Amino acid sequence: MADTSLTMTQSGAPRFHLEEEHHHAEGGSTMLGFWIYLMSDCLIFAILFACYGVLGGNYAAGPSPRDLFDLPLVALNTTMLLFSSITYGFAMLAMEKGAIGRTQGWLAITGLFGAAFLGIELYEFAHLIHEGATPQRSAFLSSFFTLVGTHGLHVTFGIVWLVTLMVQVARRGLIPANRRRLMCLSLFWHFLDVIWIGVFTFVYLMGMLR
Amino acid sequence: MSTDAHGDHAGHHEDHGHGDAHGHGTLRDYVTGFILAAILTAIPFWLVMTDALGDNQLTALVIMGFAVAQVVVHMIYFLHMNARSEGGWTIMALIFTIVLVVIALTGSLWVMYHLNTNMMPMSPHDMSQMP
Repeated sequence: MADTSLTMTQSGAPRFHLEEEHHHAEGGSTMLGFWIYLMSDCLIFAILFACYGVLGGNYAAGPSPRDLFDLPLVALNTTMLLFSSITYGFAMLAMEKGAIGRTQGWLAITGLFGAAFLGIELYEFAHLIHEGATPQRSAFLSSFFTLVGTHGLHVTFGIVWLVTLMVQVARRGLIPANRRRLMCLSLFWHFLDVIWIGVFTFVYLMGMLR
Repeated sequence: MSTDAHGDHAGHHEDHGHGDAHGHGTLRDYVTGFILAAILTAIPFWLVMTDALGDNQLTALVIMGFAVAQVVVHMIYFLHMNARSEGGWTIMALIFTIVLVVIALTGSLWVMYHLNTNMMPMSPHDMSQMP
């Protein structure tokens, strides 16, 4: 830390300045920056959870969680997301060893689990809307669709990102830039699983207890 | 003291720059995390589906406990959080976020609950007379 230096300006006043910036490798701060993005995303979800917590009991004489939710389906959904988390972990381990084929394979499996999760969620939404439990029905349903839908949208973009990275890895291989991108997506993907813990606990399980 | 500082320094050199300081974890980490997460998911579902505890409020408290435990498991085994990554900045950002989340959640729920209970009761007929 001895890289500050003291110079005199023309008027004679002392002035401190940094000799030179620390050298940072390209993308050296990406992981921290991405982490801070995730934390801000976390705040979005916190507000949506607060919204659901406030409005979740206002059924407007409409259906309640107990009438609507199908726990075995939610359990299946949770399993899909949990499996996708560990398969992404395996992809990261393969990436560390530089095994392109295995990395791509695990990424593909992760994408399929993610797609299965989305498929089940869309099936659930379609079923709810078919029963007349649309977002317009009550404040409970508006906040429910907003919270769970935002999570679903994140998973959708996660899958788009995953496919993009698979194409990148296929074309350029596991170059440092691609490794960095895969690590960012790893954080994103596991983060979505953490949010889902909140969703299934507070929305589905505690909804059945109301 | 000086040996400590030296040890830290040597440890830092094993990371390839700041970017990799997040770490990847090992197969053992991922499998342990997965098994713990599966158990911590299965128990709350089982509790709610079979109504094993018989008391809704108690069940709610217990499954919230399981959720917090599972979040911690995910943070450690999947997100590889530790106090050292990025020179402690990730954990600082996380703590800051948790403080904000707690304020936002408890504040909203608390204020809105009191607002609801202290509102003047209104019948559907009153509501229809509203301008």
